Amino acid sequence: MFIYNAPLEKLIALDNNIFLTKVHCPEIASVIQPGQFLNVKVSETNYPLLRRPFSICDVEDDSLFLMFNILGEGTKLLAKKHIGDTIDILGPLGTGFNLGGNYETAVIVAGGLGAAPFPYLVRKLDDSKNIKCFVGGRSSHDVIQYGMKNILVSTDDGSLGFNGTVVALLKENLKSIISFKPKIFACGPNAMLRALKEFTVKNDIECEASTECAMACGFGICQGCPIEAVNHPERYYLVCKDGPVFNIRDVVI
Amino acid sequence: MSKVDLSVQVGSLKFRNPILLASGTVGYGNEISEFIDLTKIGGIVTKSLSLKPRKGNPPQRIVETPAGMLNAIGLQNVGVEEFLKEKIPFLKKFDVPLICNIAASTLEEYVECTRLLTSEEFIKGFEINVSCPNVKEGGLQFGNDPIAVGKITQKVKAVTNKPIIVKLSPNVSYISEFARVVKEEGGDAVSAINTLVGTSFNINTRKPKIFNVFGGLSGPAIKPIALAKVLEIKQKVDIPIFGVGGIMNWKDVVEFMIVGASAVQIGTLNFIDPTASGKMISDLENYCTENNIQKISELTGSFSLDN
Repeated sequence: MFIYNAPLEKLIALDNNIFLTKVHCPEIASVIQPGQFLNVKVSETNYPLLRRPFSICDVEDDSLFLMFNILGEGTKLLAKKHIGDTIDILGPLGTGFNLGGNYETAVIVAGGLGAAPFPYLVRKLDDSKNIKCFVGGRSSHDVIQYGMKNILVSTDDGSLGFNGTVVALLKENLKSIISFKPKIFACGPNAMLRALKEFTVKNDIECEASTECAMACGFGICQGCPIEAVNHPERYYLVCKDGPVFNIRDVVI
Repeated sequence: MSKVDLSVQVGSLKFRNPILLASGTVGYGNEISEFIDLTKIGGIVTKSLSLKPRKGNPPQRIVETPAGMLNAIGLQNVGVEEFLKEKIPFLKKFDVPLICNIAASTLEEYVECTRLLTSEEFIKGFEINVSCPNVKEGGLQFGNDPIAVGKITQKVKAVTNKPIIVKLSPNVSYISEFARVVKEEGGDAVSAINTLVGTSFNINTRKPKIFNVFGGLSGPAIKPIALAKVLEIKQKVDIPIFGVGGIMNWKDVVEFMIVGASAVQIGTLNFIDPTASGKMISDLENYCTENNIQKISELTGSFSLDN
């Protein structure tokens, strides 16, 4: 991990307030793994003060892609950057997804902006495994299918695809999922991850999930991002270092 | 042109330059060592240590505020025993003065921590945290009471020959009264300031954004307050001061020294730019050269209040 001033190469507006930023950073591009993240300083001033963590969305040659939606001041500033502006990136950070293992199908489960880490994971898996994607959102506007394949969609309001949560959609497809010899890779809001944990434990399906927590540094010195560990209740894991990706059985979500 | 002398002395503690890394912002040194050469900085103050490991507060522990951040980590730490066994060996690889910050819930715990750590040669001094706003017992309960601060200073002093620095709370009316008590009870220096008590609420849920409700405010937002507190101590009490609070660049370091700090500690900045402390050193050298300052320690307390 180190700090790089990465030139902005492209800013792509997807649908509905979702952006992709492409930056040139060969040092990180050559080593980063799916599920790892970057901590980005979006301004040169003290406002906003802290870096913002972003999952690595994709890697193409020497370039990184970050996915974000405009939520607050930080992401607003990021969306206003111009081609050639440099972006201050600290990374690569955290523990990513373990793509290895005795499974045949990578089942991706994404809720809302939880889609962010999966284009790179899909690219990395290449043709080594089958891929099935379950993508959910509150409504059709919140469903992000970028970089995924073999997609089933769910929306809470029924405006697109299955009417219900993405975990309810998994339940509907339980039989075929089991027949895939699956390993689930997940990212999304805590409510989704909680339901997914219950589903995967009950059905004995291996599952890794990318978790989220407010943090300052992103590499372990602020101790700001604890997550309860199942096997040693006397000590927290840190989302930034021990995660953000955990075996879903190992953490209390 | 002769080389500038950047070394400073704080009580009996000597540092190669006035830039130390503040407690709670560099853990036990291992992560930050990937970003800066620890043998170039003035010193390191460890994350607060308590007698037994502490789990710390549940999430959410951190919230960003305008030009600052609130934290309520709750003194998560490995405890004295594991620190001595697992953490010190790594730090020993670096030629850098180490100060151990100690936090406790009782007077006895402060004393016992100091006693256990004092035999470790690599530790050059202790910073006693009487001002953590984020724990139920100890912390501010002591930091707001001059009698308690005096007693803690006296008792820990009695079990070690190493310098005792007391980290003072800004959440009091007159910080200099606390600095005076520290001096009277034999303390060697004070660190000013710890974080300011603050909070932040979500306007939709009407709930606090951090689990602990209250947190400690740090970052550039608190720098003017920290400067005022350092100046107040400097004007009222003859005791060396580590200036702490919102330092973001070398100019802030100079400003803290002018109002009275003998050395400074860099805190929140480490989270944003872990390389920054290292970079400040050459900037400080340039400032001294340009201003004909041979020894940077000449800056300490060199303020002028003339109109």
